[in-house]
Amino acid sequence: MRYLPLRPADRRAMLDVIGAASIDDLFADVPDAARLSGPIAGLPMHASEMAVERQLGALAARNHAAGEGPFFLGCGAYRHHVPASVDHLIQRGEFLTSYTPYQPEIAQGTLQALFEFQTQVARLTGCEVANASMYDGSTACWEAIVMARRITRRGRAILSAGLHPHYVSVAETMARFTGDVLDTALPRLTDGAPGDDLARLIDAVDGGTSCVVVQNPNIFGHVADLSELAARCHAKGALLVAVVTEPVSLGAIRSPGEMGADIVVGEGQGIGVGLQFGGPYVGLFATREKFVRQMPGRLAGETVDAEGRRGFVLTLSTREQHIRREKATSNICTNSGLCALAFSIHMTLLGEAGLRELAALNHANAVAAAARLARVPGVELANGPFFNEFTLRLNREARPVVRALAEDGILGGVSAGRLYPDGDGRERGLIVAVTETVAPEDVDEFADALEEALS
Amino acid sequence: MSINASGWRPTAPGTGDEDAAPATFTGNRALMLEEPLLFEIGSTDRTGVDLPGAPRVAGRLGGLERTAPIGLPGLTEPETVRHYTRLSRQNYAIDLGLFPLGSCTMKHNPRLNEKMARLPGFADIHPLQPIDTVQGALALIHLVGEWLTTLTGMPAVAMSPKAGAHGELCGLLAIRSALEARGDRRQVVLVPESAHGTNPATAAFCGYAVENIPATPEGRVDLAALRARLGPDVAALMITNPNTCGLFERDMIAISGAVHAAGAFVYCDGANFNAIVGRVRPGDLGVDAMHINLHKTFSTPHGGGGPGAGPVVFSDALAPFAPLPFVEKAGDHYRLVEEETVEEHHKASFGRMVAFHGQMGMFVRAAAYMLSHGADGLRQVAGDAVLNANYVLRSLDGVLDAPFGASGPCMHEALFSDEGMADGFTTLDIAKGLIDEGFHPMTMYFPLVVHGAMLIEPTETEGKAALDQFIGALRSVAERAKAGDPALKAAPRFAPRRRLDETAAARKPVLVWRESEAGQVARAAE
Repeated sequence: MRYLPLRPADRRAMLDVIGAASIDDLFADVPDAARLSGPIAGLPMHASEMAVERQLGALAARNHAAGEGPFFLGCGAYRHHVPASVDHLIQRGEFLTSYTPYQPEIAQGTLQALFEFQTQVARLTGCEVANASMYDGSTACWEAIVMARRITRRGRAILSAGLHPHYVSVAETMARFTGDVLDTALPRLTDGAPGDDLARLIDAVDGGTSCVVVQNPNIFGHVADLSELAARCHAKGALLVAVVTEPVSLGAIRSPGEMGADIVVGEGQGIGVGLQFGGPYVGLFATREKFVRQMPGRLAGETVDAEGRRGFVLTLSTREQHIRREKATSNICTNSGLCALAFSIHMTLLGEAGLRELAALNHANAVAAAARLARVPGVELANGPFFNEFTLRLNREARPVVRALAEDGILGGVSAGRLYPDGDGRERGLIVAVTETVAPEDVDEFADALEEALS
Repeated sequence: MSINASGWRPTAPGTGDEDAAPATFTGNRALMLEEPLLFEIGSTDRTGVDLPGAPRVAGRLGGLERTAPIGLPGLTEPETVRHYTRLSRQNYAIDLGLFPLGSCTMKHNPRLNEKMARLPGFADIHPLQPIDTVQGALALIHLVGEWLTTLTGMPAVAMSPKAGAHGELCGLLAIRSALEARGDRRQVVLVPESAHGTNPATAAFCGYAVENIPATPEGRVDLAALRARLGPDVAALMITNPNTCGLFERDMIAISGAVHAAGAFVYCDGANFNAIVGRVRPGDLGVDAMHINLHKTFSTPHGGGGPGAGPVVFSDALAPFAPLPFVEKAGDHYRLVEEETVEEHHKASFGRMVAFHGQMGMFVRAAAYMLSHGADGLRQVAGDAVLNANYVLRSLDGVLDAPFGASGPCMHEALFSDEGMADGFTTLDIAKGLIDEGFHPMTMYFPLVVHGAMLIEPTETEGKAALDQFIGALRSVAERAKAGDPALKAAPRFAPRRRLDETAAARKPVLVWRESEAGQVARAAE
């Protein structure tokens, strides 16, 4: 077995030191009834690298990879080009095969990278501080709701209708057990601005509201100014939680922090992390400095060593489960460190100039594609302002159209009906994302195929 | 003792005081390179990407353009590669040497796993693609699920939890759902004193009161105390087996029986499953739910703190309550049961706990690991892991105090206390001394039931020579601590940093970089 260094002679010598006759004897505390006498039944025996590559390669080949044809999916996971050096650097063994940096003297690489990540995320979101990552956007969103409850000591959160429905589902699942009250609504595709429910949110905020959770751009791609909502929240003593599922948008759109958000959470996947069928991704979490002790997750902080040299450590751990146990701010332990590193490296390669240029390219591609697709008979563009994602209202249910397009080798967006199975007009929505990876001829091919599918 | 099989030993450097070594202009010491922060070397007008030109269109951002400076410095590609390569060299890693962090299972990460996860058919697929275009991905998830249910002897698995603590949450939510389905509002979760901190944190996170169950003097759950506490208010026992003292709970079947008899459920923290994989099926021990850290037992990399993956296996009693989404096989076709496709017989599911379908990239790595080892290799994995830990335990007889050394063989980790250290010398000093010897320290001060605990988990991917070298180093450091060697208090001396002031870091937290006033003045003058 290529991964096991002990040889039979080593095992014998070691058993002699231990004073045991066999490895099986070391399992003497296992009740007889539960001790297996040989390899477990129903599973194959060990295999060579070649054999494993063949088997997994065959499974991979049964998937339609995004790069094989025109591709327009978003809804919380975005296909961006990741520079080759990002993947090279995160595969350095010192990053890949290290642990959570509990021994700071020999983990300065990870700690400094996390400190840089925190700074990048804080600046990107327009906040004062950020943590060292969460699992993903959806779990970060729930943690923000819980944090707002702790800060305001109020138990009712209002969720925007434009919040990603998976994020809403996660919150609903958790709230059923924690007793938090969630005020939710479904987005409508029939209005001029899809899912734009700012008026509802502003009306609903009152003295019992812990927070309002609003996604920008929202699930249908709509972009909104959150400033008035933020002011309303603050007037009522509530917090504004802003959710960003497409981090590249922050290179073009005013940040939630600038618009007054108190907590900004996000899905960082779009920068540095591939699609990977939904995970692992990286949750972003940023807030005001005064709330930092209520924040979940790990934090890297600056300090000095015994010789006065600058160094970094994990800090404020008294919020965390390994110290605080049942009184911790969250149960999170393992987070998404390597994805955070990938995010940070990609962000470093972009820099502000590159990020702005990338965002502008995404926006321009999307505007051009929206104009082209809206000319297809039976298609209406549902959005006012948008960034790189918009929603088309089709003259029929979108799900069969998406499947027909896929048979033509075109992955033409997400049918809103998949996310909102209960219809009510939403089943005609087709949510389309257009990033820098989309070429003009992809859009033409998509438009032609869409025209055929709708004719 | 020689430190390797050939007897070769590196020549020790001069014994002169290292502090007297001349300062260098750069602060570097040859290959030990200091690296400034990105914000001190980058600039906002520099970039490491070249993008194609954008089509000329009228923008549609609705007047919400971001115009104010963001403050994100960039670097060109060579500068980026150098920055992160230099940072990487300040990390210890499994690739560099033995990493005996108890409970964390720092075993070798096979590179085949990385290669497989990067196949475009796995890495470049979107979670919301039409189901017919991702049949291979669903088959892969199903395959890993089948391995997990077979290895644990449990009928169902939830694949979506993102990490171990998230898996704990998944298990407790299923337990609470099952109790509520029978109209039972139990409020208490019992947790042994030796539990991982995530256990009580998770129980509290989903609304339970937490009570501790004491350990026996031999380091196992006190069955009598457990029996005495069980009652109609107890929802579950969260137990770790093998436990965090490194021992198998030999009363496990009786424990499960008592819990079930009281109408409660058994949640097993599967962090230590690597000790028994292929040799014991938790389903045979009466477990109702257990998470499996793929980043421990199945060697997906820890990556400096994640991402992990924490699938949860369930007993028949809890299976109906498992979260969405999940994969079902129907003939040759795989279907994804999610909001759109959920049907009557799934209605007991407690719902979704994460966007999309879980840690696909980790599933691929785990699949490569499982297929590589097979049923025979995994059995050997557990055997060698336990053998290595017992070898460390017995080789340190008379050197370090093993509080449960008489409790029978340990499992995959060996537990020591700080008993016998000279006045003022602690576990922390031993840990820092090991750093100078070129090792990552063991887990310190956990479990809480042992004073100054040192929990050592060598894993099965260490050979005897590597273990002997580690044992030699630990013996040497322990002797220094017993003798009260003042130099040990100053360890580490040879790491990129000396001991760091964690108190100062917490007292006045500096969590993001801010330009100093001097820097601002200098920049303004530019």
